[in-house]
Amino acid sequence: MTVEYIVFGVMFVVALGSSLAMLFAKNAVHAALFLVATQIALAIAFLLQGAFFVAAIQIILYAGAIMVLFLFVIMLLGVDRQEALVEPLPGQRPLAIGLGALLATEILWIAFRGLDLVAAGGGGGEALTGLNRDPGNVKALAGSLFGKYTFPFEATSVLLVVAIVGVMMLARRINALSSGDRVAETDAAREDLVAGRRGAA
Amino acid sequence: MSIDPSYYLALAGLMFAIGVVGTLTRRNAIVIFMFIELMLNAVNLIFVTFARMWGNVDGQVLVFFVLVVAAAEAVVGLAIILVIARRRETSNVDDISMLKW
Amino acid sequence: MKAFDPVLAPYIVALPLIGALGLLLLGRRLRAVAGLVASATVGVGFVLGVIVLVQMLGVTEKGGHGREAVVRVWEWISAGSFSVNVDLLVDPLSMVMVLVVTGVGTLIHVYSIGYMHDDPRYSRFFGYMNLFVASMLLLVLADNLLLLYVGWEGVGLCSYLLIGFWFERRAAAGAAKKAFIVNRVGDFSFLIGIFVLSVTVSSLTVSSINEAAGGMTAGIATTAALLLFGGATGKSAQIPLYVWLPDAMEGPTPVSALIHAATMVTAGVYMVARFSPVFEASGGLALGVVAWIGALTALWAALMAAAEYDIKRVLAYSTISQLGYMFLALGVRAYSIAIFHLVTHAFFKALMFLGAGSIMHSLDGEVDMRNMSGLRKVMPITAFTFMTGWLAISGIIPFSGFFSKDAILASAWHQGRYALWAIGAGTALLTAFYMSRLYFRIFEGDLKVPEGVHVHESPPSMVGALIPLGVLSVVGGVINLPGLLTLDHFLEPVVGESEVPSGFTPWILGAIALLAGIAGIAFARTLYLLPGGATRRAALCERFKTPVDAARNKFWVDEIYGRGIVLPGKAFASFCANVIDARLVDGAVNGGGRVVAGAGWLFRRAQSGYVRSYALTFLFGVVVIFSLLVFRVAL
Repeated sequence: MTVEYIVFGVMFVVALGSSLAMLFAKNAVHAALFLVATQIALAIAFLLQGAFFVAAIQIILYAGAIMVLFLFVIMLLGVDRQEALVEPLPGQRPLAIGLGALLATEILWIAFRGLDLVAAGGGGGEALTGLNRDPGNVKALAGSLFGKYTFPFEATSVLLVVAIVGVMMLARRINALSSGDRVAETDAAREDLVAGRRGAA
Repeated sequence: MSIDPSYYLALAGLMFAIGVVGTLTRRNAIVIFMFIELMLNAVNLIFVTFARMWGNVDGQVLVFFVLVVAAAEAVVGLAIILVIARRRETSNVDDISMLKW
Repeated sequence: MKAFDPVLAPYIVALPLIGALGLLLLGRRLRAVAGLVASATVGVGFVLGVIVLVQMLGVTEKGGHGREAVVRVWEWISAGSFSVNVDLLVDPLSMVMVLVVTGVGTLIHVYSIGYMHDDPRYSRFFGYMNLFVASMLLLVLADNLLLLYVGWEGVGLCSYLLIGFWFERRAAAGAAKKAFIVNRVGDFSFLIGIFVLSVTVSSLTVSSINEAAGGMTAGIATTAALLLFGGATGKSAQIPLYVWLPDAMEGPTPVSALIHAATMVTAGVYMVARFSPVFEASGGLALGVVAWIGALTALWAALMAAAEYDIKRVLAYSTISQLGYMFLALGVRAYSIAIFHLVTHAFFKALMFLGAGSIMHSLDGEVDMRNMSGLRKVMPITAFTFMTGWLAISGIIPFSGFFSKDAILASAWHQGRYALWAIGAGTALLTAFYMSRLYFRIFEGDLKVPEGVHVHESPPSMVGALIPLGVLSVVGGVINLPGLLTLDHFLEPVVGESEVPSGFTPWILGAIALLAGIAGIAFARTLYLLPGGATRRAALCERFKTPVDAARNKFWVDEIYGRGIVLPGKAFASFCANVIDARLVDGAVNGGGRVVAGAGWLFRRAQSGYVRSYALTFLFGVVVIFSLLVFRVAL
């Protein structure tokens, strides 16, 4: 059992550490890489809790596909851009940190104390182990996903189609606009345009 | 599976809080998105932990749905960021405040 | 026998109304034909009225029954058991009124074509006139009080518009306002009277009110009758609300003629006659009030008329005085006689007003009788027709006024109201005096006109209207000759049989009335026509200085009203405007606005436009909800 504790400990440190590092990374690419690390750590946490299939998907989909997408966009917009350190909104940073800390405290309280008050807890581990052994994790998941959750599953497919169509619309370069349409590309141009319209009126 | 689920939940809670703080303090739209992903991941961890606690796979199924939503959201969101960046030469959310009167 | 069904009745009202709408909407474009169109709508209305009258006379049931019909135009209000419809009541009384209004109205319209010819707002004038006539027709034909009230107010509105027609003149605008406001006082009383009746009878139709009148307690009947009569004092210019009528002379003269003869002022008389059962039900009190107010108004106005120099104002006071006679007749239950006098008065008063207008037309608007004399030589037609009016109102046989006035006095005597009779007879003498004064000063003696005025007889359309009215003034009495009583019998189904004195008494009374008229004329002749009249006048004024001064100053009634009612009213209005409205109401409104603006200024700061600060508020909400959950679990 000590192996489990060691793995958990390493996972815990990597997950939390990378998350914190994300917070302080100035470069977007570094932040993305820390997120990848966090996600891999989480995949291990899933494995530790008997969610084998979800762990695999976490690596493939999240750490793989989605993060590649992120990196892709970062590269597209330019990697060298850095954020200014000065916070322009007064009170934003202390308030955010204070409220975040309060939220974390409350969640921790629930995790260690409140949970006992609402649910019995424990004892489910053995049942899940049994499920993983008898039909197998993937089979059990499949049975649930295509049986009990058929309708939400189909709904997600619609969601994905909508997302694809939307993104195609968004990302298309708008060359289709006729040359007569005046479109303000910058703020200054837009103000000129508005002023011109006002003058005409 | 002998580690108390509380620790997993604690980890998830901390990660969620970090995600919240990051979302609120960072200004690069892409980075903000990443923190949102972090929060979703924390929630995923909670679902998986709950699945273990209740001894069934329903929590794991929910992770799928979260994944799908996260993917869709990331794709659409990134596309929007791209369009804005193309139009206004910026991905700083503080520069995008045109709806203010 | 065919039932009486006057399908044409609604068109009598509709025609002038359409004319008014057309002229007011398309005024400028119709300028060339405005006068003709307006005259035609009223004239055709008169023809329709005659047709309906012939139909009505075709019904010959015993006692004149079956000669009334209700024409439903449309249903207006229907709320549960209470309903008010646009119904027209066609019966002998309303037909008499319709014929007077349209007949005299047509002549006045025709006259106006010439009189108003050069006015820049020519077509608007005819639009108003048509609306005036339409309102009055609606008033007399209405089958229920609410519809009658519509006409009642319509007449008031049109009088305002027409008296103030030359609103560039301050006096005209003020007179219009005065007429409207004074009328409002009466209308208010009238409206409350309608409420009382509608609560008591729970129906507003003429027939149901008059049927229910018998069953009313004397108290309610008296209340209702006096409130209605309050409205009549406003419209028909009786004490204490007569003050608007002399000022109404600021309007164009045809308007004065229309107001005084055909429309508006007769509304009160008509209304009292129409609801006579209600007045009867009060057990004599309400009728007594009507009679005494009428008699006193007759005398009071005659006194002022005798001291006035403005031609039109003399005529205005004489109208008030004659209306007093009509109310006197109503008060002694001689309803049909009141209507009779209304008709003859409409003839000769319209005639004299139009005659006065003719004089003004010829003398560039001069109205002061001191500045003219001997006009008979240059304006023969006007003078001759005016003379018939003068003799009619003075009560000289066989002119129309003699018969109607004599009938009123005889009725008063017959009812045993000798005091009223005495006042009436005295007023008859005064009437003859001041009308003769008017006639002698204007038309007799040497020719004298204001300087630089080219005197001429008026154009054909004007004198053309005078002649028929002159004829009617002479022979108008035939509709109700003593012994025949045509009008009495015609009106009998509506207002009941009037009690006519018989035997030798009426002859004596008639002779007395005639003598009073002749005496008045003779007295005026010594003062104004015979040589040395001026010195006799001066001596007389010196001797009765105080009463003459009082009469010349109209007994200071305007001043008393001004001090007693208008000034406090203005003070209260200015208090409301400057203190209550400016401080309290505006303060509340502006304060509300400031509070909202301040709140907006405050909350606007939350709308920074920064996504992240919005997200922070999300987080705040999430933490609050979360904390609530945690505390619920923990506690």
